[in-house]
Amino acid sequence: MIPLTHYLVLGAVLFSISMVGIFLNRKNVVILLMAIELLLLAVNINFVAFSHYLQDTAGQVFVFFILTVAAAESAIGLAILIVLFRTRRSINVEDLDTLRG
Amino acid sequence: MEFNIQPILPEAFITLMACLVLMVDVYVRQGRSICYLLTIIALLGGAYLCWYDLATESITVLNGMFIDDIFSDILKIVICVLALLVFVYSREYSKFRELFQGEYFALGLFAVVGMMVMTSANHFLVLYLGLELLSLCLYTMVAFQRDSVLATEAAMKYFVLGALGSAMLLYGMSIIYGLTGSLDIETVRISVAAQASPDNLALILGLVFILVSLAFKIGAVPFHMWVPDVYHGAPTSSTLFISTAPKLAGFAIIVRLLVGGLEDLHFMWRDMVVILAVLSISIGNLIAIAQTNFKRMLAYSAISHMGFMLLGVLAGTENGYSAALFYSLVYVFMGLGGFGIIVLLSRAGYEADELEDLRGLNKTNPWYALLILLLMFSMAGVPPTIGFFAKLSVIQAIIDVDMTWLAVVAVLFAVVGAFYYLRVVKLVYFDSSPDEVRIIEAPADMRFFLSVNALAMVLLLPLMGPIQELCTQAIASVVNAF
Repeated sequence: MIPLTHYLVLGAVLFSISMVGIFLNRKNVVILLMAIELLLLAVNINFVAFSHYLQDTAGQVFVFFILTVAAAESAIGLAILIVLFRTRRSINVEDLDTLRG
Repeated sequence: MEFNIQPILPEAFITLMACLVLMVDVYVRQGRSICYLLTIIALLGGAYLCWYDLATESITVLNGMFIDDIFSDILKIVICVLALLVFVYSREYSKFRELFQGEYFALGLFAVVGMMVMTSANHFLVLYLGLELLSLCLYTMVAFQRDSVLATEAAMKYFVLGALGSAMLLYGMSIIYGLTGSLDIETVRISVAAQASPDNLALILGLVFILVSLAFKIGAVPFHMWVPDVYHGAPTSSTLFISTAPKLAGFAIIVRLLVGGLEDLHFMWRDMVVILAVLSISIGNLIAIAQTNFKRMLAYSAISHMGFMLLGVLAGTENGYSAALFYSLVYVFMGLGGFGIIVLLSRAGYEADELEDLRGLNKTNPWYALLILLLMFSMAGVPPTIGFFAKLSVIQAIIDVDMTWLAVVAVLFAVVGAFYYLRVVKLVYFDSSPDEVRIIEAPADMRFFLSVNALAMVLLLPLMGPIQELCTQAIASVVNAF
């Protein structure tokens, strides 16, 4: 039986990795989208672990909703990405510097 | 169990109308004007349904997930009215930029539903779904001007940081869920009250994540990076939408989560909110001085206004919360007027979003110059306007809880802020206008509503007592529900 803390540590590690991915990534916007997906998955691990630990299904139901919203969110993210590529022929994060001040 | 549909009627009505708008857009040739009309009807209907069924006591439906009280009803009415005004203001503007599409109205209506759900959320899941419904619509509305370099960049930045904010909220919720064993805000409140202590590090961790995500959503420093870029890059019709109603919805989730759910942790979140508020007021006002773009300046001013709103929240008293509610209500109408001026002065192929574009407006259009004067005075908090009384009430609230130093800081930076608002007035009244002729093509209904919007800054003064009374009642309905 794997104790609850292991799952929580896994969730926290995944969450931190994706957070670092968002802030350190200077190359590719697609990686940002992947990092956002990973953030949500880390939260899902937390919810499922707690849900099992508390023997309460509400947490697992929440996970279904998060998965669904994450799908919608990445659809919109990719759509914005395509529009972005069309207007400036680049998906480099460093090129996103027209707006500043 | 009998199912009471009354409390969710406004949301259901607007959702149905949004679907209808989508259908009309697909099947009716040249159906855009019909879509516009349907949107107006939907928002009027939504506001009327909330008004008609104005709650006298809190009712929860859907297994306690959804709450209908005076607080939610008032915010819903104002959100509908704001969205309505946004669509009226930006009609001509959108037509000239090919943004006048059926999808745009459907997105706006779904965003309104998202905000209404947020104000009524009594469960983490409902709150999250409302927030996402709003956010996903807003990302798309920013990216609506597909061929604009600025708009697409703003949309991408907004999307990434918005998603990050939502993920933080979820992470905080998951920790609170683990500690309390419930997603229901009322149960969470009871359980948190039992285990609230400065040594409970896990609880503090959850609280910090939730607080950071709330700061992201309302754009408080140091989580404000997206605000100026999005306000500047988005087409002004979308900026108008983003800068008004979602601020109220953000305030609503602050009240639902921090006041409704985690009020027993007030001793812990108070200091964190103090930091957010002081940074927002100072950095917002200071950086706004350096801006040459009117939209960017208003964005930084929005950040500082959110700081003032947080002052009321951190006081932690009923007076403080109702002052914060009053401040948010006043702010959204000032913001609506401010961005409305940009929409008014813009025309086909010309965007009046630089401060220079306002030069000498008094010589060519004295009436609109007067409206700008009123809005700027109100934002700066000059006495005969309602903006002054909004600032006064939040500052009174923090003095009541013996945080005089904070009041002094707030007033000092309000004076700093007055500089850039007065600079706009100086440009309008005392600078010579450029040689080219200024044409204002805005339609009569927009001119009328914008005038009413700006004049309300002084004309509403006699009604201020009843409005504040209403705010107090609304907050009492949340605080005393337990």
